[in-house]
Amino acid sequence: MTSIRELEMKKIKDLEAQYPFVLSFFENNKLSVEGFKDSTFIEYLNHFTQEEIEEWAINIPKIKSDLEAYVNQMLQFLGLEKETVDSITILAGRDKYGNRENFNELTINKSEIVSIVGPTGSGKSRLLADIEWAANGDTPTERVVLINGEKPDYSMRFSTSNKLVAQLSQNMNFIMDLTVREFLELHAKSRMVENQEEVVLKIVEAANELAGEKFDPDTPVTGLSGGQSRALMIADTAILSTSPIVLIDEIENAGIDRKRALNVLVNEEKIVLMATHDPSLALMADKRIVIKNGGIHKVIETGTKEKEVLKELEKMDKIINSMRTSLRNGDSIA
Amino acid sequence: MNLVIISGPPSSGKTSVILKTIEAIKKRGINAGVVKFDCLYTDDDILYERAGIQVKKGLSGSLCPDHFFASNIEEVVRWGKKEGLELLITESAGLCNRCSPYIKNIKAVCVIDNLSGINTPRKIGPMLKTADIVVITKGDIVSQAEREVFASRVNSVNPQAVIMSVNGLTGQGAFELSTLIYDKNANIETVKGSELKFPMPSALCSYCLGETRIGEEYQMGNVRKMNIGEENDKH
Repeated sequence: MTSIRELEMKKIKDLEAQYPFVLSFFENNKLSVEGFKDSTFIEYLNHFTQEEIEEWAINIPKIKSDLEAYVNQMLQFLGLEKETVDSITILAGRDKYGNRENFNELTINKSEIVSIVGPTGSGKSRLLADIEWAANGDTPTERVVLINGEKPDYSMRFSTSNKLVAQLSQNMNFIMDLTVREFLELHAKSRMVENQEEVVLKIVEAANELAGEKFDPDTPVTGLSGGQSRALMIADTAILSTSPIVLIDEIENAGIDRKRALNVLVNEEKIVLMATHDPSLALMADKRIVIKNGGIHKVIETGTKEKEVLKELEKMDKIINSMRTSLRNGDSIA
Repeated sequence: MNLVIISGPPSSGKTSVILKTIEAIKKRGINAGVVKFDCLYTDDDILYERAGIQVKKGLSGSLCPDHFFASNIEEVVRWGKKEGLELLITESAGLCNRCSPYIKNIKAVCVIDNLSGINTPRKIGPMLKTADIVVITKGDIVSQAEREVFASRVNSVNPQAVIMSVNGLTGQGAFELSTLIYDKNANIETVKGSELKFPMPSALCSYCLGETRIGEEYQMGNVRKMNIGEENDKH
């Protein structure tokens, strides 16, 4: 822990050398420290005139306490022995009528895929929120979620850098005007990854293995096709997101190899939860959770017979995909 | 009575977040009401009424909505007390991103959305930087990467706030928010004598006073000129 009293007496150049992440604090708070590198932070803050303070809504006491909080957060984040999440366990709660859920406990291990099925409004969002919040009997379902078999440190509920769940859904779009490379660099920077360039290339490569049509890193993200976007989102989430659990809300079967996509996540040791009613996707999971009336109604293991059905479905998917490629190439399908 | 001041840019999802949060809070038997502040028009009061929530609205018209808020909050609190509310939420849109309606020692929540772009956290002043809780919405339509970058930028401009995602459509996160905004031990009797967290900008130029003509000879009071030179190309 460092205090603002120590920080404010340091020269700006020394602050930047010791805590490189303060650069983004200065940048995002519009503190242009250029030309003040040899001043101490407090000298820099004191140089603002009363007029500038009013003009730019500068709140000096708040900047000071924020800098202290920020530096300590980042130090904690960087020094954190990343505790890996090997499993989550859901202990049964109640459905919306107050009935006990139809299971006792469900453990999902890393690299495992579980699908979630059930009609709209049946309680899929609530289940997900319970996991994200690491519910402790304190949500409407009264479920308890354990991490590695234990109750976690509940301060993680409010951490921006250690979120339990990353989400990927059908409706997601890229909205930034950046190329794939710039976009990934930005994400890597916010995660404070050291070997940025390497990570960026790894993600592009992984995404290209999933996408039906390849793209290069200089394509704008908003110019990617639906399949390419999904491939990039999945590769990025697998490789760059720190969240150990990935929730997927359907993956449309177009322009992306879904089986490989799930493999990318599983290979990065994610726990994958997938809300889907697409039979081939649902059967790729090891288990599926059936939700009814706000509660978990059943947990079904994907058996050998279902895995055989999956093989048939995969054949059909292949046929459809090859027809899609033929159409794209201008061939006739007959 | 608990008092919570919720603020955020227009269309960031404030009303949806409040509706879902009150839905969660009502299940705990807490009596909540809303006062909606807006500038020219709002029909959000109908949405609140339909959800069975006591609501009042105030339109600031020709006045700055945040100044209007500050001039009316005392009466609003009195209304809430009279109605026997246990939780009173005020909702107001920040229009120029310079003001904030927050009052010292009153829970302040800023709602901003992922769609507004990753530079938005830099553009919003005290409304974001002095909030106790920042709620980020519309996470279901942008990529995971953009959500993470956005949240980390919010964190860098307000590292002391609790930052959380709420989905205004499905309500995911609203229950969790409801646990943070209601404290059964908190009790606000009045805001008389309370202070704003941050002063509002000093204005009062001729256009504040109704001048419509363009030209230097019509400009009086607090007038500032852009320096159209190299200065304006840099940023």
